[in-house]
Amino acid sequence: MIGIALNITIGMVVLATLLNVYRLIKGPDAPDRVLALDTLYINAIALIILLGITLGTRLYLEAALLIAVMGFVGTVAMAKYLKRGSVIE
Amino acid sequence: MFDRLNFPQPWLSVTLFVVWQFLSNDISGASVVMGLILAWLIPQLTQGFWPERPTLSRPWRMPGYLLRVLVDIVVASITVARLILSGRTPKPVFVSYPLELEQPMAITILASTISLTPGTVSADVSDDQRILLIHTLDASNEQDVIDAIKQRYEKPLLEMFQ
Amino acid sequence: MSALTEYTITALLLIGGAFTLVGAIGLARLPDFYTRLHGPTKATTLGVGAIILASVVYFSFQGEGIGITEILITAFLFLTAPISANIMAKAAMHLGVDVMDGTRGSPWEQ
Repeated sequence: MIGIALNITIGMVVLATLLNVYRLIKGPDAPDRVLALDTLYINAIALIILLGITLGTRLYLEAALLIAVMGFVGTVAMAKYLKRGSVIE
Repeated sequence: MFDRLNFPQPWLSVTLFVVWQFLSNDISGASVVMGLILAWLIPQLTQGFWPERPTLSRPWRMPGYLLRVLVDIVVASITVARLILSGRTPKPVFVSYPLELEQPMAITILASTISLTPGTVSADVSDDQRILLIHTLDASNEQDVIDAIKQRYEKPLLEMFQ
Repeated sequence: MSALTEYTITALLLIGGAFTLVGAIGLARLPDFYTRLHGPTKATTLGVGAIILASVVYFSFQGEGIGITEILITAFLFLTAPISANIMAKAAMHLGVDVMDGTRGSPWEQ
């Protein structure tokens, strides 16, 4: 039963990722694209955790943690660049 | 700056030490030493960025507050999900929220709470820290939003921080 | 693994997937940047939170103990979500992104 639920959930998250990519391509403004990238990395974390449950290993959680840290720094850097024109002042 | 072996932010130091132990998976001599170094070094380096130390007068009320926020996140997420799936056009509004809190840390906690509960995002604080600009996804009356936030979140924070 | 645990994990997984999907639908469907900000930053955080909870329950019943890394990821996501939402809203206000018709009040720039 968990196997079926896992497959359905992976399907839903993949669909969500495709919708994010649609917003990333369509824009129309730069902040929309940053928002789409922000959502994409959170969905990537979800997919990695689901992969970990499927394979029955916890090894991938470290990667998910790294994506969480780096994705946040990336979002802040991009938003700050849009606002100020530079990342480090 | 480095000539003293002190901990200007004791709670930050404790948090950093504990998080480092979690990150190293198992507690060993090396991770304890490294955790102590980080717990001393990071507060020293970031000293200039911290606002004045907040004066928490009733810290034991924090868990109850966090629990309420967690429940509100779940309830409000369902409301937002229904709005998105229903397909109707939302009625967004920018609300200027008059702040009663004065300490920067308390305002940060309030703004984060507002952003975490779906349906409202805190967008900006005025330079004099008296007005918070909140974007609300779907509201017919500005005053209702202000009253709800004041009642549910700002009152408990005021009691905790003053 | 007991039947109750299996039901719990299944329910958490499906709830998590559903919220993630609804957040993405909101991102794709809502009319302007400020309304889009509401969909993913919150619905997605809750969605990923539920999926992480499912992982915690699953691995703790495999006899591997409670996962610390999962808790760190959840704490980190819940701490950073409002900050990134706030800084993106500030960037949008600075750039003067269009707001949808019928929005009352206006963003200010200082």
